[in-house]
Amino acid sequence: MFDSRTLRRTALGAAAMALALGGIAAPVQAQRDPAYQTARSAGQVGEKIDGYLGTVGNQSSAIQRLVSDINIKRKANYTERAQAQNVTVEEYARAQGCSLILRTETGEKYQAPDGSWKTRTSAPPERHPSCP
Amino acid sequence: MSKREPAMKFTKLTSCRLVAHKAQMKRENRGLAMSMLVAGVMLVSGCVTVNAPEDAIVIELNLNIRQEVIYRLADDVRENIDENPDIF
Repeated sequence: MFDSRTLRRTALGAAAMALALGGIAAPVQAQRDPAYQTARSAGQVGEKIDGYLGTVGNQSSAIQRLVSDINIKRKANYTERAQAQNVTVEEYARAQGCSLILRTETGEKYQAPDGSWKTRTSAPPERHPSCP
Repeated sequence: MSKREPAMKFTKLTSCRLVAHKAQMKRENRGLAMSMLVAGVMLVSGCVTVNAPEDAIVIELNLNIRQEVIYRLADDVRENIDENPDIF
């Protein structure tokens, strides 16, 4: 009786620990920042051919900061993954750009091969011929 | 005339005669030599213009290499988006 209670307590403690750990771990793999998601949906920012985020037209300094903040994180990510794949950071970034433009949702902006900003419709996006 | 006569007596002098002939041709065909020089200069200037297409070919090769790399990375970049949804 005493032993099983202790066991139950230990199990409860472990569950609580797991929950707490999950709570800590969750923000690391979080979804998009709400401000970023809003800016995307509003077409204030768009996916560029080179794999980085760009501001569409003149945007507030807050949006510009948001874009450069994400691009710094992207560059760090590309650098790491490019090394693992034995390609240049630029090559990795461009390949990522192809994929990111393909994944834009209706209403979001992306950069067409001619450099202009396009709004994504249900039709496939205009992509650079080198994209797979 | 007196100088040429002994030369004609040596049957092995054909090679020496070549030198003499060369000198004569230079004087006679100065016009031809000049035109050849001009042609040579034109050839040299032609080589300079050939360099431009050479550069273009190099760029094309780089594009081909890049395209192959982009195709190879297609799966990895898709995984990257799934693994890092916060920055994409």
